Amino acid sequence: MTRSVRRNHRVRRTARAGGAGAAALLALSACSSSSDTGTDSDSAGASSSSSAKVSGQVTVFAAASLKESFTTLGETFEKQHPGTEVTFSFAGSDTLAASITGGAPADVFASASPKTMATVTDAGAAAGTPVTFVRNRLEIATLPGNPDRISSLKDLTGSGLKVVLCDKTVPCGAAARKALEASGLELTPVSYEQDVKAALTKVELKEADAAVVYKTDVKAAGDKVTGVDFPESAEAVNDYPITVLENAPNPGAAKAFIELVKSAEGQRVLTGAGFRTP
Amino acid sequence: MTESAGTTPTPPGTDLAAAAPRRPRHRGRMVPVPLLVPALIGLAFLLLPLLALVIRAPWSGLPQQLTSPEVWQALRLSLLCATSATVLSLLVGVPLAWLLARTDFPGRGVVRALVTLPLVLPPVVGGVALLLAFGRNGVVGQWLDAWFGITLPFTTTGVVLAETFVAMPFLVISVEGTLRAADPRYEEAATTLGASRFTAFRRVTLPLIAPGIAAGAVLAWARALGEFGATITFAGNFPGRTQTMPLAVYLALQNDPAAAIALSLVLLAVSIAVLAGLRDRWMNAS
Repeated sequence: MTRSVRRNHRVRRTARAGGAGAAALLALSACSSSSDTGTDSDSAGASSSSSAKVSGQVTVFAAASLKESFTTLGETFEKQHPGTEVTFSFAGSDTLAASITGGAPADVFASASPKTMATVTDAGAAAGTPVTFVRNRLEIATLPGNPDRISSLKDLTGSGLKVVLCDKTVPCGAAARKALEASGLELTPVSYEQDVKAALTKVELKEADAAVVYKTDVKAAGDKVTGVDFPESAEAVNDYPITVLENAPNPGAAKAFIELVKSAEGQRVLTGAGFRTP
Repeated sequence: MTESAGTTPTPPGTDLAAAAPRRPRHRGRMVPVPLLVPALIGLAFLLLPLLALVIRAPWSGLPQQLTSPEVWQALRLSLLCATSATVLSLLVGVPLAWLLARTDFPGRGVVRALVTLPLVLPPVVGGVALLLAFGRNGVVGQWLDAWFGITLPFTTTGVVLAETFVAMPFLVISVEGTLRAADPRYEEAATTLGASRFTAFRRVTLPLIAPGIAAGAVLAWARALGEFGATITFAGNFPGRTQTMPLAVYLALQNDPAAAIALSLVLLAVSIAVLAGLRDRWMNAS
């Protein structure tokens, strides 16, 4: 008790010192601006061995479903190009698209649907035309061992089952909706989650009985969920486009990263995670 | 997540209502520049983003946005849940604050620190913690499900619980501060005159700290109204059942920023109206 009170006093005293806030702000901005110049100068000497002169920090905004495979590819990239540092931001493609059009400093955008990519290209934020690098299909994630014996999309509409879907603003939600519409099914979930990983988590925590997510997510979750294939998923195959961004701070490295993703090695990692080649 | 309301150790509104009317006025005295300049910078920093929201608001499309039933559904749910969470916080939070301020038991400092923990915990983590405790498979939740058939995630009750978890510490801290500042001799006098400790609390302490309780309740209500992370994690997102305004704003932001701004303006207007209304009432009462 007394300790926490004393600490409060101390905090208040430091805060009172003139200009402390301004100094902190300055320090903050100095920090953020020095980080990339720092890595730039470091890498200038180090990257003599690699073929292209690629160095510095690359910021990749990628759909949540790419988390596992892109993290692996990021490590590969850093090994191939010493002196580079790949920073990822994984989130719902729509969230990422919104922050890119809002001016977020990113080099590469890999989205889970052409529609979310279109918001970026329409805003003139993409450099060049996006290319499709993988495809993904939906799958039903059930509790381990599938205790509810779910075998089709129709089984999910049964009463008593708690099903979560992605929100329709997110690619996985849009795809699920398309598959449901194609099969003429009405499904009322307990929740529309903000991205595919959030939907999957609800099943992993056993709060929901099933979720409609990507095949790759089921695979990444290991034995925490059981995947159930359903034929309607063919109606809603998601193309994943990737592009360098117009305001990329490091366009050279961005191009090199996309090359790696499209290369045989990149495709091997991605198909290993459950993606299909385009 | 953009939520960071929970980091201040002592909420600023603690004795707002109690102190404001009694403050002596220093008219005509110069405000020292080293105080004035940072104060104005602070004020501008807080108000500018709100102003930008108003400036960039899609005013022409606003009537159409505001007449959509989804908006009212989300707003009604938000107000209902925030108010329920505040009532719940009052019912258990005021006694908890009294316990912390007026009794002496071993480990009180630790308990007090634990009570304030949700203030620093990222709300999303709070939501996961709630799932692990009250989820269908949670430590307590599995028994609730097995014995009573009650499951809390994905329900409106779940939203109220998530908001209470995040908002109650504000109330407890606020009320505890007021209790510590209140003179305990009034209660002691009441007990020496034969009142039980509970009667003394009810008839003497409670009226004495009423302004502090009100300030804490408003703080908790405002925090509950804006709550996002714990709610979406614990209660999910379903229109009409668990989709409160902040969730609707977040999801609208993804594909329709104009709608998100309109929704935010509604939330802003409602909270300003409620907070201003309540403040006026206390000012006149005290």
